[in-house]
Amino acid sequence: MKENISIILTSDKLNLTICNDFVKDDACGGIALFVGTVRNHTKGKEVLRLDFSAYKPMAIKEMNKIAEKAIEKFDISKIAIHHAVGNLKVGEVPVIIAVSSAHREASFKACQYTIDTLKRTVPIWKKEHFEDGEIWVNPHP
Amino acid sequence: MIVLLSIFTENNFMHIKILFFGIVKDITNSNSLDLEVDNSINIERFIQLLQETFQDFPTIGDFTVAVNEEYVEKNFVLKNNDIVAIIPPVSGG
Repeated sequence: MKENISIILTSDKLNLTICNDFVKDDACGGIALFVGTVRNHTKGKEVLRLDFSAYKPMAIKEMNKIAEKAIEKFDISKIAIHHAVGNLKVGEVPVIIAVSSAHREASFKACQYTIDTLKRTVPIWKKEHFEDGEIWVNPHP
Repeated sequence: MIVLLSIFTENNFMHIKILFFGIVKDITNSNSLDLEVDNSINIERFIQLLQETFQDFPTIGDFTVAVNEEYVEKNFVLKNNDIVAIIPPVSGG
């Protein structure tokens, strides 16, 4: 693990303070955070909970690749990508992205780049549970 | 469980581990399988064998494939002891 990259995939609860404190840097003027949360509805249906599963070793590799790419593309200092697996209820947090940089534009852009790329490439899946059943989410049908 | 996926006349086969995720895990009713396949088989042919083995196995356009934790194209040639992962559309984050 590099000193400016923190990648975690865990069945424990994620911790925003840990992410924030990891990327904090006296040479940086700002931190951008993305906190993903479990939404209570999808396509008009009420969601009870989400069940996240992952191809763990590859998910960690892919998150590392995204972090390294973000550092290369944007003028950022540190980045944390933390993702939870297992059952998460409405309102709980499956993912946190934290990025620090000297100036704010790089953090905003790197943060968006990171979550957008994670959602396309990292082998993690969520299953939505409704009152009357469950389905594997396919965001690109 | 060892599954034989093709008939061969010579003793030229290799051992592949395959991992299933997401909806594919439900379709095959399995997390993983150990398989014996022909030497130098490529991903496209490998997937055809899976489609012949499992009813409702998705078509090759409906998922991506990783070998040893790296995404590969359908012309990728497998080696002995490779780990193939069938990766349906991801939905992390």
